[in-house]
Amino acid sequence: MRYLPLTDTDRQAMLGRIGAANIDELFRDVPKAARRDELIDLPRRKGELEVERALSALASKNVPAGSVPFFVGAGAYRHHVPATVDHLIQRSEFLTSYTPYQPEIAQGTLQYLFEFQTQVAMLTGMEVANASMYDGSTGCAEAVLMAHRITKKKKAVLSGALHPHYRAVVENLSEFARDDLDLGEPVTDGTEDIIARIDDDTSCVVIQNPDFFGNVRDLQPIADAAHAKKALLIVVVTEIMSLGLVTPPGEMGADIVVGEGQSLGNPLNFGGPYVGLFAARQKFVRQMPGRLCGETEDAEGKRGFVLTLSTREQHIRREKATSNICTNSGLCCLAFTIHLSLLGEEGYGRLARINHANAVKLADQLDAVDGVEIVTPTFFNEFTIRTPRNALQVIDELADKGILGGVRASRLWPGQSDLDDLIVIASTEVNTDEDRAAYASALKEVLS
Amino acid sequence: MSGMNSQGRPTGVGEVGGAERKTFTGNRGLAQEELLIFERDSGACGVDFDEPDAFECRLGGNRRKGRVGLPGLSEPDVMRHYVRLSQKNYSIDAGLYPLGSCTMKHNPRLNEKMARLPGFADVHPLQPTKTVQGALELIELVAHWLKTLTGMPAVAMSPKAGAHGELCGMMAIHAALEARGDGASRTRVLVPESAHGTNPATAALLGYSVDAIPATEDGRVDVAAFKAKLGPDVAAIMLTNPNTCGLFEKDIREIADALHEAGGYFYCDGANFNAIVGRVRPGDLGVDAMHINLHKTFSTPHGGGGPGAGPVVLSEALAPYAPLPWIVERKGRLKFAETSEQVEAVGGDSFGRMTAFHGQMGMFVRAAAYMMSHGSDGLKQAAEDAVLSANYVLASLKDVMSASFEGPCMHEALFDDRFLKDTGIETLDFAKAMIDEGYHPMTMYFPLVVHGAMLIEPTESESKDSVDLFIATLADLAASAKAKETDRFSGAPYLAPMRRLDETKAARKPVLTWTPPAPAQAAE
Repeated sequence: MRYLPLTDTDRQAMLGRIGAANIDELFRDVPKAARRDELIDLPRRKGELEVERALSALASKNVPAGSVPFFVGAGAYRHHVPATVDHLIQRSEFLTSYTPYQPEIAQGTLQYLFEFQTQVAMLTGMEVANASMYDGSTGCAEAVLMAHRITKKKKAVLSGALHPHYRAVVENLSEFARDDLDLGEPVTDGTEDIIARIDDDTSCVVIQNPDFFGNVRDLQPIADAAHAKKALLIVVVTEIMSLGLVTPPGEMGADIVVGEGQSLGNPLNFGGPYVGLFAARQKFVRQMPGRLCGETEDAEGKRGFVLTLSTREQHIRREKATSNICTNSGLCCLAFTIHLSLLGEEGYGRLARINHANAVKLADQLDAVDGVEIVTPTFFNEFTIRTPRNALQVIDELADKGILGGVRASRLWPGQSDLDDLIVIASTEVNTDEDRAAYASALKEVLS
Repeated sequence: MSGMNSQGRPTGVGEVGGAERKTFTGNRGLAQEELLIFERDSGACGVDFDEPDAFECRLGGNRRKGRVGLPGLSEPDVMRHYVRLSQKNYSIDAGLYPLGSCTMKHNPRLNEKMARLPGFADVHPLQPTKTVQGALELIELVAHWLKTLTGMPAVAMSPKAGAHGELCGMMAIHAALEARGDGASRTRVLVPESAHGTNPATAALLGYSVDAIPATEDGRVDVAAFKAKLGPDVAAIMLTNPNTCGLFEKDIREIADALHEAGGYFYCDGANFNAIVGRVRPGDLGVDAMHINLHKTFSTPHGGGGPGAGPVVLSEALAPYAPLPWIVERKGRLKFAETSEQVEAVGGDSFGRMTAFHGQMGMFVRAAAYMMSHGSDGLKQAAEDAVLSANYVLASLKDVMSASFEGPCMHEALFDDRFLKDTGIETLDFAKAMIDEGYHPMTMYFPLVVHGAMLIEPTESESKDSVDLFIATLADLAASAKAKETDRFSGAPYLAPMRRLDETKAARKPVLTWTPPAPAQAAE
């Protein structure tokens, strides 16, 4: 087997030193009934060529986003990732190293984590950020638990326009923290009155911006209302590209910001791995979940970085930890931070403007199709349309015409019949004028 | 003797000495210093995009006013920054990485290549399922291998990492207890004191009280103590097997049977599945739920701390409660059941959703490539080689260092600090001296059941020559320690990119982000 260096001669010599007659002796602590003499019924080893053939065959059954006019978003976005990113994250020293528990020989990882934390804090307008969570949805659930710990209150008020998967993850975890959730109805045009639902028992308000349907809101009044009741404002950002153009949550009173960082550096990957962003006010740092990297110096006074405040974490605190999380999205945050470094101030802002401009153009083109109504008065690079037909069929028929035209709201809110005719549509820098024209004309045909 | 060629260029080694030489740049040859990226701002840009044509802004007045504060660098400067950073990292590709309980084995690049096929990497989780049938098949393929290798009937694929898998398995147990009306009364989870910290943290996160089971003299669960703790309020045990001392829990069937008899469920922490894959099926041991760290057993890269992936295999009793989404077949086509109602339609009773979308697809592809490459024969051989190498280390060093327990061990060998007694040298010093010898240290101070633990996992990826040199190095360090050559240890590492870092300072006043230097005072 090409990955196994030991030869049979080596194995015999090693068994000799151990004083075992054969390998079975080393497994003698396994109960007899559970020992297996025969091989497990699965295929035998394969050469690289055969594996490549088999997996390529599976891959070729899918329609890659890059092969068609593509407008699917709803929490995962297709952006152009510079070639440098994928080259760098595959360097052995990044790809095949462990969590940086030995900082003297892991400064590469630690320094980029420190830079990543700084970038996330800058983008969100917050004071501190951690070294990442699994993804946006799990970060969101952890934020609700954190607000509970900070405020010692249990009622979380969730916006109805929060990504339904995020809401479901919060629901699942907060059941065990005995949190009461106040779940809102999905308001599609950004006019949800969330302030009316905040009261003295409220620990936090969770609101997505831009929201699931695309609306961009001023969150300051919500922050003020939450703070007046000693509740925290948790802002969820599923499209991190938006913060190149939209007012950052930190400037609108957010206490915790969680986000999905996939848009920077990371491919769609059919949903994972992604990178959860988690930022907060400085005063809450000791209640944060996840790894944190901090600055220090070595024995000779040279600046260096280490994992820090680990007394919050499970490997030290065990059952008293702030979270059971034991990982971050290492390589995905590296991709994020390299992409953002390439963009820089100028590139990030410009790319955000291109995204917005493309979405505006597409919205105008689709608005001109008979029967189509744009339901989101404001948006960044994603908006929602109402069509005269059931969106399930519309999406399906668009796919048959070779256009991946968005996400039907009913996939995420099944059974909510007032949403059955809605399609959430994203347009990023990857879309061309031809893509948009193709979409508009295909939609026209499907609706006629 | 120094030679001279005809151009007058010296070809000999010249004067020897001067190893302590200071340099102007602070660099030391190939070991280059690197500023923070924020300190390298040149105002350049590493991408080329044209400004869009004028457009009517639809942000409803919520447009960012200030700068983000990001530095601007050209592509070559960005490349150089990260390449220089990378050179400060130790990696498996560069050397033996004996971190016990972490399984730092070879990461085949075929797996990376496969994960980057556009049909896997460039597909969206919410595309119409008819356009992603191959992706669903791939998930089903990995699920089939995991179920077959563990002898378990079901698997939840969505958990994002090992600890997330623990959460998933314990939620399934909770749901099963609720379903039979035991949810409120069973509030205690038994966790051996040798367990990973994630086990008690997971149980506590779900509101369970954690009750520690002591270990015996031979490093295993004290079965008598365990049985004494069983009662009508016990929800589950969370047991790692092979355990964190690197030992197989011999009495695991007896533990499982007694637990089941008492109405509890058996959560197995599968972090060490790599020791037994292909040889032992956890399903034959009475396990109800077990997560599998794809980044350990199936070699998806550790990536400096993630991303991981932690699918959870489930017994018949827990399978109905598996998290959303499920994959179901209908009319020859694969589909997702994404809501409770859709899962109920196929007889399930899902406890809910662990994460947005469907799990770590990129990791599934890598694991698939790894499993197919090995096959059932190669996986078994890999487990055997891992166990053989660990026992070889144990046999070679047990009289030089202090082995905590009698062998045979499984995939890792546990030592403690008794051999350092009266030397003034601690486990930490010993580990840091390994860095000067070109090795990443072993896992230190874990598990907690022995003093000054050193947990060594050589993995199946090392040749005999490599393991022999490692053993000889540790033997030399141990001899040096016993001879009280404390200089070699107390200030170590001397030869790494950094000297020992002050963790106390970092925690006392945490600096977690870079802040721009205050502008210089204007001249009077």
